[in-house]
This record gives sequence, C-alpha cells and structure tokens, in this order.
Amino acid sequence: MVCVAGAISLLAQSHPINSALSLIVVMASLAGEYLLLGAEFVAAVQVIVYAGAIMVLFVITIMLLNAGKEEQTRGSRIATLLGVPGVGIGTVLVAWTLLFHANTSTVRLGALPGGPQEIARLLFRQFLLPFEVTSVLILIAILGAVVLASRPEAIAKRHHVETHRAMPELVGSGKEH
Amino acid sequence: MVPVSYYLVLSGILFMCGVLGFLLKRNIITIFMSIELMLNGVNLSFVAFAAQWHALSGQVFVFFVMVVAAAEAAVGLAIIIAVYRTRETLNVDQVNLLKL
Repeated sequence: MVCVAGAISLLAQSHPINSALSLIVVMASLAGEYLLLGAEFVAAVQVIVYAGAIMVLFVITIMLLNAGKEEQTRGSRIATLLGVPGVGIGTVLVAWTLLFHANTSTVRLGALPGGPQEIARLLFRQFLLPFEVTSVLILIAILGAVVLASRPEAIAKRHHVETHRAMPELVGSGKEH
Repeated sequence: MVPVSYYLVLSGILFMCGVLGFLLKRNIITIFMSIELMLNGVNLSFVAFAAQWHALSGQVFVFFVMVVAAAEAAVGLAIIIAVYRTRETLNVDQVNLLKL
C-alpha cells in the first residue's frame, strides 16, 4: 500500500526534507484509511492538522536550520545491525497474532457515523473536561514554544531596556554599554 | 468488507517503522518525525477499534491525540531550534549535555 511505501521511504531517505515529504504521503493515505473506516471528521482533521499544520512546522524548521544529509557513525551502524532484525521480528509477531489469533470482525464501508455532529455531541457532553484541559495544555505549549525559540540575546536586551525604564536615574546617567 | 485486523496490522507496521526510525536515525528532526509516525499508527488502531465496537469515543480520543501531538511538535521544534543555536549541529550523537 501507499502508506507502508511512504513509511519505508521515510526511513530510507537520508535528507530530512525528503523524509518530511514522505511523511506527508503517509498522513494523506492515512486520511484515506479513516474515510474508509467511516471517520469523516477524523479524516478531515488529519489532513488539516497533521498534513497541514504540523508538516508546515517541520518543513519550516528544516529550512530554517539548513539541515543537510546525515552522516553515518559507528553507533548508527551497530543500531542498524541490531535494530532492523529486531523490529522485523516484532512486526511479524504482531501481524501473526492479529491475523490468526484475534477474533476481530469485518467492517463495512461507512458503518459508523463519524460526522462532525456526532463527534461534537460526544466531545462537548461526555468529554467536556478533557477538552478544556487540552485547551490549557495547548496554551502552555504555545508559551513554551515562544520562550524556547526566542533568542537569548533578545530576552537579555528586553530585560536591559526594562531596567532602563524602571530605574533611569541609576543606569541612564552612567556609562552605556 | 475489510477485516479490522488488516487495519491493525497496518497500524503495527507503521508503529514499527516509527520505532526503527527512532533507533536508526541520527538527525534530530527525522527522529521527531518518527515519533509522529508512531502516533499516527496508534491513531489508526484507535479508529479501527472504534469501527469494530461501534463506539465513537475512539474517534474523540484520536482528536485528543492529535491536539497533544500538535503541542508536542511545537515545543519539540522550539527545543530543536534552541539546541541548534547553541551547538550548531543536528546530530544526536554530538548532543550529550542538557546544559547550554
């Protein structure tokens, strides 16, 4: 499937911007899977939030930091030697268990009404408190991102200016630096 | 008529690809993208189980996971920018101190 191909391509690319583009492919194909499962609202949110907002953040960061090809080290070669067989065994185990030992049913196309109306009814009645808590969380995340990403010199300069404003008689008369 | 287990297997494969990328990659941004891939795999299994049990709560939970992932991406990329500013590198092997 397209989804698995995109995920493997994410691993195989050595340049981060190619990895980001293959991650967009994975997310778009996952939105298609959600549509097949009848989750229309989740599919729309997947395209808007993941493939839109988060990937724009990633691509802008890659371009901002001018990320080049990654270099191989001895540690990463050891990780490849041990990690690839281990994860392969894990995948086969999970697939074997799910396919032959789990009594799962089949799902019809659009069996479950997953439109915005039903989701919103559940979200604003049964899950109102978690919803509010997530809004507080995302506010804290915004503040943290702004504080972390702003330059330390800028913060220091702002602090300096504020000290000037607060105590002009102390720093204004003396020598400026 | 697609069995739910197929969706679960796809979700497991995506999660394992994320784990593999997390272990193998040396670029900090690519490691971050692998984490997003793992979150996506888990989301797919949430939606698949919601379809199996005819319960919409799974889809609401996917919504919450997406919000938390967005917050995490914003904070994590800000941390990456701060790390790059002090160390001039994106290789995780060379980032071994939390101190600036």
